[in-house]
Amino acid sequence: MAEWLAEWKARLIYNFIEDDRWRYLTDGLAVTLQITFFAVILGIAIGILVAIIRSTYDKNKDEMRWSIWKVLLYILNFICKVYLTVVRGTPVVVQLMLMYFVIMASTTNKLLVATLAFGINSGAYVAEIFRSGIMSIDAGQFEAGRSLGFNYTRTMWFIIIPQAFKNVLPALANEFIVLLKETSVSGYVAMNDLTKGGDIIRSRTFDALPPLIAVALVYLILVMFFTFLVGRLERRLRNSER
Amino acid sequence: MNDEKALIQVVGLQKYYRGGLIKALDGIHTEIHRGEVVVVIGPSGSGKSTFLRCLNLLEVPTGGNIYFNGVDITDKKTDINVHRQKMGMVFQHFNLFPHMTILKNMTIAPVKVLKKSEAEAKETAMRLLRRVGLEDRADAYPSQLSGGQKQRVAIVRALCMEPEVMLFDEPTSALDPEMVGEVLEVMKQLANENMTMVVVTHEMGFAKEVGSRVIFMADGRLVEEGTPQEIFEQPKSERLQSFLAKVL
Repeated sequence: MAEWLAEWKARLIYNFIEDDRWRYLTDGLAVTLQITFFAVILGIAIGILVAIIRSTYDKNKDEMRWSIWKVLLYILNFICKVYLTVVRGTPVVVQLMLMYFVIMASTTNKLLVATLAFGINSGAYVAEIFRSGIMSIDAGQFEAGRSLGFNYTRTMWFIIIPQAFKNVLPALANEFIVLLKETSVSGYVAMNDLTKGGDIIRSRTFDALPPLIAVALVYLILVMFFTFLVGRLERRLRNSER
Repeated sequence: MNDEKALIQVVGLQKYYRGGLIKALDGIHTEIHRGEVVVVIGPSGSGKSTFLRCLNLLEVPTGGNIYFNGVDITDKKTDINVHRQKMGMVFQHFNLFPHMTILKNMTIAPVKVLKKSEAEAKETAMRLLRRVGLEDRADAYPSQLSGGQKQRVAIVRALCMEPEVMLFDEPTSALDPEMVGEVLEVMKQLANENMTMVVVTHEMGFAKEVGSRVIFMADGRLVEEGTPQEIFEQPKSERLQSFLAKVL
C-alpha cells in the first residue's frame, strides 16, 4: 500500500509539479473559460434574434397582407433557416477549422476566431430552444399585451421573452454545458485550452492517466458548479410565481 | 368631439377564413355611442367574439371599415397601437401576466406606453384596486388569486389606461359559478359610471339589467338589435326566438 502511494506521489509530482506543468492546466482553463464566456453571449444574442424572426414569421405569415414588410420577413426567415440547417448539419470542429484557416485566415486573434465559431454554432441551438419557448406562451398573453397598446416588439420584450426564458432555462443550461465541453476541440486550431493543456503534459511525460483524469475532473467540477447555479436561478424564478 | 357622433362605427365588417370558405363575419353594420352598454349575444360560432376582437384589430378584418373617433382604424396607415390604448379589453381567460405582481400587471402599460411616472401609475392602480376590494393583493402574483379575483384585476388593469371604451370577451365564461357575481358587479359599477362598454356574454340577466342595447348575432350576421325589452320580450326573428327558447 505504502509503495503504491509513493509511486502515485511520484507520478503526480512528475506530471504536475515538475517544470511547473500544472500551469498548462490553469492557463488552459483560463482559455476555455474565455472562449465559453464570449461564445455564450454571442450565442444568446444570435439565438434570440433568430428565434424572434422565425416565430414572428410562423405566427404572422397567414395573417399578414402582402407588403414590403412581409417580403423582408420572408427573406429574413429564409436566411435564418439556411443558417440553422448549415450550422446544425456540420460538425463544430469543421466549422472552427473553416473559420480559422479560411474565413479569418488573416487574423492572429485566435480567441476572436474561436468565439465566433463557437458563438455562431451555439446560436443555432439557442435559437431553436428560444423559438420553442416563444411558441409555448399562450397566444392570450400576446393579445393582452397588444390590447394594452404595446407594439409587437415591446410585447415580445416585456411580456413574451421573460416568460419564454423561464420555460427554456433547463434546456438553455444544457446547451451551455454542451458548449463548454465542445470548446475542447480548440486544440485543432492551435489554441492551448484545458484539453490541449492536458495533452501537452501527456506528450511531455508519456504518462497519460494523471493529466487526462485531471482535465476530466476540472470539466466535471465546472459543469457541476454551473448546474448548481442554474438550479438556484430556476428556483428563484419559480418562487416569484407562488 | 361631438357626443352625438358614434364612438365606434362599423361598416360592412367581414372576416373570412380559409379564403372565404368560412365566413365568420358577413357584413356587420352597427354603431356604438358614448356611454352605451352594448351586449352581444348569440349561439356559439355566431361570430360574436370575432366581431369584438375585430373592434380593436386583434383579428384583422377581411373587408369593411371600423371608425373609432372618426378615424378608420382598418386603414393600413393608421397606427393601431395608439387607438388600442383607448380601447380596454377583458378576456375570457384573464390573460394576466404570470411573471409580474398584480401591481406590476397594472402599471407596466401606463409606464411603458403612456410614459407615466411609476408613482403616478401606482397611485392610479392602487385606487382602482381599492375599488374592487383587492388592494391587499397588490404584491401577489396572478397564480395566487382565484378566477374571480383575476378577472377583477384584468378589468382594472385595462382601466389603468383610462380607455374610452371597454371590450369584454365572455368575461365570466371561464369562472366558477360562485365567482360570476363579483365580476358582474364590477361591470355594473362601470356601466353606472357611464363607461362605454361592448360585452360579449352568455349572461342574459346581465344583458337585461345592464344593457342599453342588445345585439343578436347568428352565422356571422347581425340578425336583430334593440333595447333589452325589444330583444327579450318581443323577439321578431325566428332565429332569435329559438335561441331565447333554449337559453332562457
